Amino acid sequence: MVAVQAFRFNNIMSKDTINKRLDKKYEFGFTTDIEQETLPPGLNEDVIKVISNKKDEPEWLLNWRLNAFKKWKKMSEPSWAKVNYPKINYQEISYFSSPKKKKLKSLDEVDPEILRTYEKLGIPLQEQKMLAGVAVDAVFDSVSIATTFKDDLAKAGVIFCSFSEAVKNHPDLVKKYLGSVVPHTDNFFAALNAAVFSDGSFVYIPKDTKCPMELSTYFRINALNTGQFERTLIIADKGSDVSYLEGCTAPMRDENQLHAAVVELIALDNANIKYSTVQNWYPGDENGKGGIYNFVTKRGLCKGKDSKISWTQVETGSAITWKYPSVILRGDRSIGEFYSVALSNNYQQADTGTKMIHIGNNTKSTIISKGISAGHGQQTYRGEVKIMKNADNARNYSQCDSMLIGDNCGAHTFPYIDVKNKSAQMEHEATTSSIGEEQLFYCAQRGIGEEEAISLIVNGFCRDVFKELPMEFAMEAQQLMEVSLEGSVG
Amino acid sequence: MITFKDLVVDVEGKRIINEFNLKVSSGELHVIMGPNGSGKSTIANTIAGHPRYSIKSGDIVYKKELINELSPEERAAMGIFLSLQYPVSIPGVKNIYFLKAAVNSIRKIKNQDEIDTIDFLKMVRGILPLVGLDESFLHRSVNEGFSGGEKKRNEILQMLVLQPDLSVLDETDSGLDIDALKIIAEGIKNYRNDSRSFIIITHYHRMLDFLDPDYIHILIDGKIKLSGGPELAHKLEEKGYSWVREMQNI
Ligand SMILES: Nc1ncnc2c1ncn2[C@@H]1O[C@H](COP(=O)(O)OP(=O)(O)O)[C@@H](O)[C@H]1O
Ligand SMILES: [Mg+2]
Repeated sequence: MVAVQAFRFNNIMSKDTINKRLDKKYEFGFTTDIEQETLPPGLNEDVIKVISNKKDEPEWLLNWRLNAFKKWKKMSEPSWAKVNYPKINYQEISYFSSPKKKKLKSLDEVDPEILRTYEKLGIPLQEQKMLAGVAVDAVFDSVSIATTFKDDLAKAGVIFCSFSEAVKNHPDLVKKYLGSVVPHTDNFFAALNAAVFSDGSFVYIPKDTKCPMELSTYFRINALNTGQFERTLIIADKGSDVSYLEGCTAPMRDENQLHAAVVELIALDNANIKYSTVQNWYPGDENGKGGIYNFVTKRGLCKGKDSKISWTQVETGSAITWKYPSVILRGDRSIGEFYSVALSNNYQQADTGTKMIHIGNNTKSTIISKGISAGHGQQTYRGEVKIMKNADNARNYSQCDSMLIGDNCGAHTFPYIDVKNKSAQMEHEATTSSIGEEQLFYCAQRGIGEEEAISLIVNGFCRDVFKELPMEFAMEAQQLMEVSLEGSVG
Repeated sequence: MITFKDLVVDVEGKRIINEFNLKVSSGELHVIMGPNGSGKSTIANTIAGHPRYSIKSGDIVYKKELINELSPEERAAMGIFLSLQYPVSIPGVKNIYFLKAAVNSIRKIKNQDEIDTIDFLKMVRGILPLVGLDESFLHRSVNEGFSGGEKKRNEILQMLVLQPDLSVLDETDSGLDIDALKIIAEGIKNYRNDSRSFIIITHYHRMLDFLDPDYIHILIDGKIKLSGGPELAHKLEEKGYSWVREMQNI
């Protein structure tokens, strides 16, 4: 399988290059051989203190972490999701790792090994500025190594930096909003993240500012047995507008790797946040060995009136996905959207969906979910639409479609609806289809072979979601589906 | 162009075609008529290599090559085209995209380069009026929400774009109003030449009147029971299949 980063700059890549990349099964299954500073496995208060200390954190943040840890110890791992995996021993995980050389001023100082890693990932860091106009805050393992485009963004007053930097340079903003959407005690994995989060991204868009470029962050798990606990916080001030892209890939290895990220979005009056993800962590091999456990808490708060938060996700990777990007519609006339394509092939399991919580008046939410199961893949859509008592004239439209490829996979849909206000208008549609012999024959009769036909049919099925993706993601998402479905039939 | 020798075909264990013999030469237009369930669509699908139709014995020889074992896409690349009786829809896939994928897949099988997008669009735009469709049609999902007539026109559009040597049209004229019928017949007629052959399956002489067929064959119980010239189509519509049955003592 191929990671999406390879296609990020496909406008300048020849088709041959793309095809070569597509030929590989999981090309990015490599480990970079650089010295890493890694804490021994285990989790206790001392470990948390070390993490906090290494990052030079203020006391309030350390206390916040310790508080989360206390709560976490009393919580138990959720078992309601339709996923099966061996019990995780949290004491066997190492909670911090960073490349030794850090605090570099320019790319020239970056370890050549790391630069080579980026090259393999198809991210020509030196050329990024010239190429795509996308600002990249590259997270290598748990520590930010290089941040580009700072100048352009600074001119607009946009803050886009690693979480650690934000804690140092913008403590008031961090203190005000950290945990305001996903409290540190929200759920088992969110609490774990709050206790041990290593780094992540921070974005602040000032009033009446349209962010001058799409913002993206690449995540990459690299250190053996090191859980990734990223934390992202995006604040869009009144009347601002931002589009944020997140894409990831991970190296091939046998051990299961835990990934428990938290993403918080805050949109004030008239602000607009578009958050797009293409998730392609290592899914494990054809027999279900290895692969990433992806337990993510993503939530947005439409805090101000007329604000809008839109989640778009393409989830093709990970052995297990547990993820429900949600929107709390507090401001009057606020809008929440969730567009999702999730694919489970081989032995992948995905339990994903969204929550739309309507609190303000005249709030509106749209859910479009496309689940594809192939091989022995299991796919669950789990969604909740909640209309609170005082939310007059709330509207929701939900559409959940499942597609089955082959006889050994499964699709399940759990739409929960909780309406406490009679003025609500709810619409729900759900379909399950399978790629039929007649469709495949029709394509074959026109010369289109089975693999291509399946990718054609699946991409057609996903079109309503793909068209929500920013341009550069849309192309690669299609290619990604193609590659992810390789060998799903025959 | 294509020869069937003692062809026997089963569908899900049931014998449908039994000792079917037919020879279609280059430039000829053959018509197969026959009662419902007599095996007309089975012949059509077998020519195209549908996996559910299994050849038990006999040969299909196309352009001097035995094609019994070839995949549907290989046959398509050799110039065999089937207009389906019930065209399938593919939600979310634009017609123009599907057409281009088809053209390029066939070119790939034949070791040819991909078609130039501009040339391709030019060609398709030139063909649209021949089947009475406008450009917006290209941007709709393949057969999704198409009327019966639109589906059939779309099949002919695909035929004209793919330029096959042997076109098998399975009840392409069914369910068409007289205007649509004329357009489609006109499209087929214009496409016809000395090196292209047709097997047209139909219940009606209406379209045949435009097409000037060479032979009419009557299929009953999976076997050709009677062959003749164009007049046979008229006679059949007048007298019904019982007339053939009586004549053949069956
Ligand atoms: N998929 C199928 N499974 C079982 N029987 C089939 C199938 N397709 C066709 N048949 C049977 O084969 C016979 C011929 O069908 P068909 O070729 O479609 O006839 P026609 O096109 O002449 O109406 C019919 O008895 C029909 O019921
Ligand atoms: Mg039929």
